[in-house]
Amino acid sequence: MTGLLGLAYWAETAIKLGVALVVIPTAALMLGYLFLLKMMAFMQSRLGPTDVGPYGSLQLIADAVKFLQKEDIHPAAADRRVFRAAPVVVLASSFLLFVVLPTGPDAVVENLDTGIFYAMAVSSLSVLGVLMAGWASANKYALLGGLRAAGQLIAYELPLILAVMGVVIQADSLNLQEIVRAQAEGEIFGFGLIGNPFILTQFIGFLIFMISAQAELTQTPFDMPVAETELVGGFHVEYTGFRFLLFFMAEVATAFAFSALATVMFLGGWWIPGFDFDAPILNVLGPVVMLAKILVVAFIIFWIRFTYPRLREDQLQKFAWKVLIPLSLANIVVTGIFKVVL
Amino acid sequence: MSPPPTASSLRSQQAYVAAQAADARVNVELDTGDMTLNIGPQHPATHGTLRIACQLDGEQVISAEPLMGYMHRGYEKLCEVRTFPQCTTLINRIDWLGSFANEVPFILAAEQLMGVEAPPRAQWIRTILFELSRIANVSLFLGDMGVQVGALTPVFFAFRDRERVLNQIEAVTGGRFHPNFDRIGGLKDDLPRGWIDETHAVMAKMRGFCDEMEDLLMGNEIFQARCRSVGVIPGEVALDFGLSGANLRASGVDWDLRRDANPGLAWDQVDWRVWTHPDGDSFARYWVRLQETREATKIVDQLLDGIPAGPIMAKVPRIIKVPAGEAYVSTENPLGEMGYYVVSKGGLEPFRVKIRTPSFSNISVVPWVMRGTYVPDIITILGSLYFILGDIDR
Repeated sequence: MTGLLGLAYWAETAIKLGVALVVIPTAALMLGYLFLLKMMAFMQSRLGPTDVGPYGSLQLIADAVKFLQKEDIHPAAADRRVFRAAPVVVLASSFLLFVVLPTGPDAVVENLDTGIFYAMAVSSLSVLGVLMAGWASANKYALLGGLRAAGQLIAYELPLILAVMGVVIQADSLNLQEIVRAQAEGEIFGFGLIGNPFILTQFIGFLIFMISAQAELTQTPFDMPVAETELVGGFHVEYTGFRFLLFFMAEVATAFAFSALATVMFLGGWWIPGFDFDAPILNVLGPVVMLAKILVVAFIIFWIRFTYPRLREDQLQKFAWKVLIPLSLANIVVTGIFKVVL
Repeated sequence: MSPPPTASSLRSQQAYVAAQAADARVNVELDTGDMTLNIGPQHPATHGTLRIACQLDGEQVISAEPLMGYMHRGYEKLCEVRTFPQCTTLINRIDWLGSFANEVPFILAAEQLMGVEAPPRAQWIRTILFELSRIANVSLFLGDMGVQVGALTPVFFAFRDRERVLNQIEAVTGGRFHPNFDRIGGLKDDLPRGWIDETHAVMAKMRGFCDEMEDLLMGNEIFQARCRSVGVIPGEVALDFGLSGANLRASGVDWDLRRDANPGLAWDQVDWRVWTHPDGDSFARYWVRLQETREATKIVDQLLDGIPAGPIMAKVPRIIKVPAGEAYVSTENPLGEMGYYVVSKGGLEPFRVKIRTPSFSNISVVPWVMRGTYVPDIITILGSLYFILGDIDR
């Protein structure tokens, strides 16, 4: 944890906060535009937005302005305080996730020693917000959606954490920066030029992580809490205007954050082959490399979302307990054996 | 060849029933209050304004009752104050996705009363347009079923390719949705020049669309998991509830009015077959409709090559007065058996028109089939039964 540019603590914190406040909405906008609007449209033989800005790139900003103008409606029977807090909790969970994501040797908001543990803990907070929204809306569809989200939590959180365990064992650290270092300084059968991105050894872990992340993000095929055609939006059915915007932003921003986590843990993070791990130039180049990798991972997440139908809740539970969890446990055992033997 | 009942489908069906029974036992032990959930009248899965009043225990359905009438437009009564040719305008709007097919049985009933028969060329073109409306109608179902189980993309492909069929219908009739083209004694106009070749090309495209749906949706494991052994309707039950069309054929009943009771159209002139599926579940209904869309493209292809020459209009008086009498004509419409019972007192207007719409009967099986299923299955079953709201409330 070196001080950035040798500034005082408060100045450093202010800069980091400013960066975070700019980066997160930008990230959400970028993913939302690139994948949710444009790529989805092209995959479905549509054009998507074309009018606002070049190639419709400002469409989401126009949408945000529209949301801000909408009336803020509370259902008469709603638990007003919880109803209002819910979107904030959901968004806060994805904001907190961004705190530990490293994008360069020094370009990280907070280099926690328990980084990955923190990320897993914070990301599950969003379910609390979803449950709050579902309960407080006083709407049966919302309630069903909220309860589905809570039931889903048990199904995917365990494989998610177990998938991460393999990486942690291999990297010897919970610190995300150290995980990147382990990949940068690792070698494949004595060939160390591109380091050792953990996707090569932890491919099962990567697969399980991506599937569980899909469920964590409530993307199809695991979007039962939202389920437009069944629950007409599920937990956020009663939300309008700005509060709905918060849910939307949180959804896309969390997708970004999870792509970033996958990048850091499995794809070698921000490190560029051929550079020193601590080279200062990587503070500038790292974020760019990171972004490119994140977009690739996010592309896969959204690609699956646009292609697959939705599972039923009991089918997800069955899939998680009969396939994902045994597989991830086996992955940990194998990783452990290799770690001890080699 | 229709597939034999799959061992896995039978097994999973039994497992599903056993799981439901086990759930029911648990629910007796931990008694939780029931919840009434109104699905609709405003709900995306009801394609309009159908309301399904469900009693839920958790996510399990105790009872489901379809409540209709939110879009009742009184067409039967309105027909009584219109002349026979004017009625087709209303009748177009019953099943709005396959409009031309609605006109045919009514016109045939009127012709039967008048003792007029359309010339062969008109009958062939009628059959072609009938099958085109079937393709336009069912291809949308093939995509829309994806939306019902959560896949958004197929429906856009369906809209894209269906547009070609609508273009062909528009080229002949001048209307995409409501052609109003069928006349007592024949058709309004002949086919435009070059239409036959274009339609051949469109049929090839639609076969491609069917292949695409088979790859994208029907072969998908999640789709199969969601649809197989969900909403099983055995053949006897289907007959008891008066199901017709693909819903009946998916329950293994070999019944098709085009073959069994052809009212003079050109179906008996071409080589085609009736598809049935023994399983009776949501997947079987999808499968049968997919095969039927393919079959319809083949029917159209064959009919296009053999249109006889001749007039398209029989000799009918300018002002049509239908002699007193009654007639019932039904045809195999995209959704099932659509019949018109027409009573005339010899005037300009029909005395009474009773419309037997397929969706109305098809939806009556909902309370029977939905007991014990889960909330997501409601949507799958509703989607696979495939109703058009205008066809329920006419």
